[in-house]
Amino acid sequence: MDLQTLTYIVVGLTFALYIGIAIWARAGTTKDFYVAGGGVNPVANGMATAADWMSAASFISMAGMIAFLGYGGSVFLMGWTGGFVLLAMLLAPYLRKFGKFTVPEFIGDRYYSKAARIVAVVCLIIASVTYVIGQMKGIGVAFSRFLEVDYGTGLLVGMGIVFVYAVMGGMKGITYTQIAQYCVLIFAYTIPAIFISLNLTGNPIPQLGLGSTMVGSDTFLLDRLDQVVTELGFHEYTTQSRLSQLNMFVYTMSLMIGTAGLPHVIIRFFTVPKVADARSSAGWALVFITILYTTAPAVAAMARMNFMNTIEPTKGEYLTYDERPQWFRNWEKTGLLEFQDKNGDGKVQYSANKDTNEMVTVDRDIMVLANPEIARLPNWVIALVAAGGLAAALSTAAGLLLAIASAISHDLCKGVFMPDISEKSELMASRIAMAGAIGVAGYLGFNPPDFAAGTVALAFGLAASSIFPALMMGIFNKRINKEGAIAGMIAGITVTLLYVFQHKGIMFVASTSFMGDLPQNWFLGIEPNAFGAIGAVVNFVVAFLVSRVTQEPPEHVQEMVESIRMPAGAGEAQAH
Amino acid sequence: MAFKSKEDATAYWSANVKLMLTLLAVWFVVSFGFGVILVDVLNQIRIGGYKLGFWFAQQGSIYTFVVLIFVYAKKMGELDRKYGVEEK
Repeated sequence: MDLQTLTYIVVGLTFALYIGIAIWARAGTTKDFYVAGGGVNPVANGMATAADWMSAASFISMAGMIAFLGYGGSVFLMGWTGGFVLLAMLLAPYLRKFGKFTVPEFIGDRYYSKAARIVAVVCLIIASVTYVIGQMKGIGVAFSRFLEVDYGTGLLVGMGIVFVYAVMGGMKGITYTQIAQYCVLIFAYTIPAIFISLNLTGNPIPQLGLGSTMVGSDTFLLDRLDQVVTELGFHEYTTQSRLSQLNMFVYTMSLMIGTAGLPHVIIRFFTVPKVADARSSAGWALVFITILYTTAPAVAAMARMNFMNTIEPTKGEYLTYDERPQWFRNWEKTGLLEFQDKNGDGKVQYSANKDTNEMVTVDRDIMVLANPEIARLPNWVIALVAAGGLAAALSTAAGLLLAIASAISHDLCKGVFMPDISEKSELMASRIAMAGAIGVAGYLGFNPPDFAAGTVALAFGLAASSIFPALMMGIFNKRINKEGAIAGMIAGITVTLLYVFQHKGIMFVASTSFMGDLPQNWFLGIEPNAFGAIGAVVNFVVAFLVSRVTQEPPEHVQEMVESIRMPAGAGEAQAH
Repeated sequence: MAFKSKEDATAYWSANVKLMLTLLAVWFVVSFGFGVILVDVLNQIRIGGYKLGFWFAQQGSIYTFVVLIFVYAKKMGELDRKYGVEEK
């Protein structure tokens, strides 16, 4: 059976599974999902959180980024896992004790102010929409390849499917669907990794294969890779830093703090029965995430190795363009892989030198999807990877769209502007909000600011600079008042947005960038994707100073903080 | 359910903060310490094909994070019971 048909079948089957589960779960257990007291087991919740968490950025994009960034790609690995430590210790158990349903609701109550709640909603929407842009990039890449169309068309198809999926399955039964999606995506990720690791090193465990010797030689894989890439003028794989050490530090920090500040992940911890479960559930989520995240470095290094070997099979002998493999031709159709025969010899010269390099476009986001083809794995494995990538993108997009929709319909409409709104209108408002978010994110996704993982990193920076500090200070410092929190959030996100926009363009439209995305213009050499950590520091400082010169929070708020600090008396989370 | 006394409440909270800070110190050392700041020094040491600093940045720190969260959950459970503030 040819690859195209097989892909349709595998993707179709998994979609049928998700929709089936959504319908089945809707029948009796809707309440169990919304009302935490009903109880999603912490292990199951951890698995669903992992699916919610791991998006197109983790699945499709991250290993491709690491493949070309080498050691520098570690910022994603550490950043997107280390944040769970912060989440488990600083936020999850306390927010679970507080027992409301949305993040802005906590901020509104803790800072006894509707204004604070509105600011939180705005920050949440900016961060989440940016995040969805990153998903759209990943979805666009996946669809363009499997429908064999250009990126733009792939993106449009993807938008349509996300829309149907989020509106239909998004509201109900999402936890069970996400458990199924986790299973699909983790199989799809690890199976090709195991095959490739076996091929290259003879060790079936990719985490060990990466540290092993190549089959039939006593050279270690990583040493061989270092050698191959440096010969073509690229930086050594295992020591290639992401700009400066300071930049790596700030970038990692920004992703970690952002992880703990993203609303769609935080709300997952409202669905467990007890405060104690919120703590362990974060651990289980990280266990399931770790399976993919420790495999990713192996996928990255081995994909780079196979890619190099395809283009330069023996030292100094380059691939003849007319004899290029099928995957090369397929990806050329998407416009994400491009060859220009600069010296007209019909060979594919690939090097770090811009003037002689003939692989003019190698989009990082294609690496994970192309990897099984490059390694000549059977077609069913390739089809499985397609299904996995879509599962990752869809589960996260649905979670994010739900967070955006609930912020608009529940926090803005019902909570602030129209307290008397009927349940039906609230639902309508949330559907419109979802459609709007997909439209905006899809539109901006035609010219994404960065590769999928880079775009998502921007979203994390925005969440890190606004929401995380307000939540953390709300729990750990009784003295922070509404003036401080509001000023802090506005200052944090403004500094970050200004920095990002001046380099990446307003709303990431590159032509409106007024300083150019040039490293020499960067503050202390920190790239815009990493600036959220600086924004968070600004947020903390401003909130602290403003709170000192304004009035203490009222008595009942201080008592509320006392009460969320101990687990007893948590009760059921309230849906509204 | 609440604390028996004001002192208990303070003691519980400071024990929690102390545990948290200890674990966060480990969190910082394995990632920012071994994975970023000291990476070049640790890269002098090798385990198999891995340079140690590179291993911490791409493997070791992540395993440590998982252990940290479960240690925290377990110790906090003990603390809750000691002060009688666990959920029934």
